[in-house]
Amino acid sequence: MTKTYFTEDHEWIRVEGDIATVGITDYAQEQLGDLVFVDLPEAGRKLAKGDVAVVVESVKAASDVYAPIDGDITEANATLSSDPALVNSAASGDGWLWKMKIANAGQLDGLMDEAGYKAHIG
Amino acid sequence: MTGEATNQLPLADLHAAAGARFGAFAGWNMPLTYPAGVMKEHLHTREHVGLFDISHMKLFLVTGPGAADLINRACPLDARALETRQSKYTFFLTETAGIIDDLIITRLGDERFMVVANAGNAATDEAHLRALAKDFDATIEPLDRVFIAIQGPEAATVLGKAGIATDALFFMQGFEPRATWFMSRSGYTGEDGFEIGLPEADARELLAKLLADERAMWIGLAARDSLRLEAGLCLHGNDITPDNDPASAGLMWAIPKDLRADGGFIGRAALAAILADGAKEKRVGLKPEGRQPVRSGAELFDADGKLIGRVTSGGFGPSAGFPVAMGYVSASLAKAGTRVFADVRGTKVPVDVHSLPFTQHRYRKG
Repeated sequence: MTKTYFTEDHEWIRVEGDIATVGITDYAQEQLGDLVFVDLPEAGRKLAKGDVAVVVESVKAASDVYAPIDGDITEANATLSSDPALVNSAASGDGWLWKMKIANAGQLDGLMDEAGYKAHIG
Repeated sequence: MTGEATNQLPLADLHAAAGARFGAFAGWNMPLTYPAGVMKEHLHTREHVGLFDISHMKLFLVTGPGAADLINRACPLDARALETRQSKYTFFLTETAGIIDDLIITRLGDERFMVVANAGNAATDEAHLRALAKDFDATIEPLDRVFIAIQGPEAATVLGKAGIATDALFFMQGFEPRATWFMSRSGYTGEDGFEIGLPEADARELLAKLLADERAMWIGLAARDSLRLEAGLCLHGNDITPDNDPASAGLMWAIPKDLRADGGFIGRAALAAILADGAKEKRVGLKPEGRQPVRSGAELFDADGKLIGRVTSGGFGPSAGFPVAMGYVSASLAKAGTRVFADVRGTKVPVDVHSLPFTQHRYRKG
């Protein structure tokens, strides 16, 4: 069973067992504009909630993407190194950024569900 | 230059209707992108026609028997040698040859010149010019105009269809097609194109025609920046500031040779001293290796880890297909192909000094 959570920083977190897949929302990619580079993390990196996990770069600016929860990175989306625009065209699907092993599942309780996120962005 | 947005463009309603995303630039609330997005907007301008609302920029009319002498004092330019309709890229300099602003000045008549200044410097420029004008028989009139740039290989065709003849104008020429209009063949993209200053009502009428042409579309400030960066053109406030002189900035081509020795312009002595010693640093193009952009503010190092310069503009070049940047490096390293390293978030990204422009200029010269 999968469940998807959202943060106020416009990330989504899809949870399957003890693995979370993290990406940015469609709303976020639209705000950023055309992405030209994604600075991907290495597998094994230990993240604490709030750490900068990924930097996404548009034509004009670089933006940080934060770890929404604690955990170790198990995989980064390598496809994005050759096709960063996948984040624009498929933000909530193939344009995912990284997967992580959840260290503290209790942190998920503080996040929004889809309805809550939709209300958040208005 | 960014800051709190205070000024609204007269045509803000048109941009909002076109779906623009707005942001602050130089005290103005400006359209940054439209729904097409910066990449498509950039490429559309290089292939067809981009329409840019540049009404944040300021037009000053300088007139009177002393107008040419005032300009000769304020700028490293021989205003008397300009032919009517001729436009020149020039600067206001400080006594130490620092660049207060970069400008385009067009001779409209014997005693009549148009000065086009950057938005962020408009107030400084006006005060500077007015202070100097006390010694000359010249009048300075800031104009209240909508200012539109029409840029791209099909610009002349699209304007022609809208009833605006362009045949009489070549690159870096300008004139007054009507009493309250100013039009020049110039721009900030590296493409053929025009800039037209005109009253708001006339602008709305003209834009209705231009926007009805499928070859033309609105282009935001984000693509304006990537277009000018690929074209190797300076953004004042980033690539040139009062801390940079024209020699270091690689802009000596804009200063007539005979003026360097005996011109009456402010900053001449300081500039002559810089030229005699040789500029310590030079503005260059920078091409990062790989896909990662290197941005304004990044420090540059040589292979031994010594700080040798800085990036002043950087981003991705949609037409180039790779990241593009500009910056200053020690004069000894300012040769195309020299490998330096930019610090990006603690990682040293290899960057090669690259000739400018990154994309060839396609101006329509006479």
